[in-house]
Amino acid sequence: MAKIITVTSGKGGVGKTTTTAALGAALARTGDKVVVVDFDVGLRNLDLIMGAERRVVYDFVNVIQGDARLPQALIKDKRLDSLFLLPASQTRDKDALTEEGVDKVIEDLSRHFDWVICDSPAGIERGATLAMRHADIAVVVTNPEVSSVRDSDRIVGILDSKTLKAERGETVDKRLLLTRYDAVRAARGDMLKTEDVLDILSLPLLGIVPESPDVLRASNFGVPVSIHDPDSAPARAYNDAARRLKGEDLAVEVPKQKLGLFGKFLRRAA
Amino acid sequence: MTLWKRLFTNGSAPQARERLQILLSHERQMLGGDDLLSSLREDILAAVAKRVPCERDSVKVRLERGTPMSVLEIEVEIRGNVDLRMTQAA
Repeated sequence: MAKIITVTSGKGGVGKTTTTAALGAALARTGDKVVVVDFDVGLRNLDLIMGAERRVVYDFVNVIQGDARLPQALIKDKRLDSLFLLPASQTRDKDALTEEGVDKVIEDLSRHFDWVICDSPAGIERGATLAMRHADIAVVVTNPEVSSVRDSDRIVGILDSKTLKAERGETVDKRLLLTRYDAVRAARGDMLKTEDVLDILSLPLLGIVPESPDVLRASNFGVPVSIHDPDSAPARAYNDAARRLKGEDLAVEVPKQKLGLFGKFLRRAA
Repeated sequence: MTLWKRLFTNGSAPQARERLQILLSHERQMLGGDDLLSSLREDILAAVAKRVPCERDSVKVRLERGTPMSVLEIEVEIRGNVDLRMTQAA
């Protein structure tokens, strides 16, 4: 049986889709069978970030409505043999995803994969609650910024009440992934510190992904950032996070700014 | 901002932290997100209401987490001037 991960945040634009693609590729790189599932019906983007946008024939809604079989809708990644994508549909009908339909698809997927990673839409509406419904692990993606932390706190409350695990009286294993971490602003004291966010949300830390042009560059190419340039700082952060998900006990590194003497002087004076 | 101010202020992060802590403790109470706090609140309400009339909204429970000590703050508002003898007898 697969482990089911939901990547969620409440707030939009914090890096859920980037994270889904990056963790999916990082886990698949270790040889595990991984499927990433886009729950953002009407506004799909995971296909684009994975570089598979031109190979979408059938989607999640087609499978639920019986217009396609699951294997027909799954898209195999061009770079990693064990990585698959189930795209969302572009239909405007948000009710196209039904509880029973999602249950059936997730159940089928978890029989054939080691990891099922659900990319949640922003918000706390139906799409988001359906995406978290089956979660064993929730990766709560948060930026060190007030509105993102507030929305994450809200999402944590929903994870504790509206998931299948919560209904069974169990708890979802929730992990915090701090993204768009800016070491320069952190040093200047203008960004919430990692400890602050951890203290406020009281979640265990899965990793810290630094703000980096590498993320944008990888998305331009349609390659998950964790495999685009594996030596880049965000790639290392995501690959380490994947190892933690697999149970490795790995210390989390807080990104530091890399500045020469001149840069240090400029930063203080800025 | 002047160079002088830049060098000797602590940045805006502490403000963010403080505002969030206040806001979230309030929102968790309202939304019943934090299980421990909402059940504590129910227990306290039941205990107080046995002796004095008291409404649900007038019980406030806050938990400030910290090391080495956390503080549990309980505030119960009771309407009017409470007659101590009467409440004991009730």
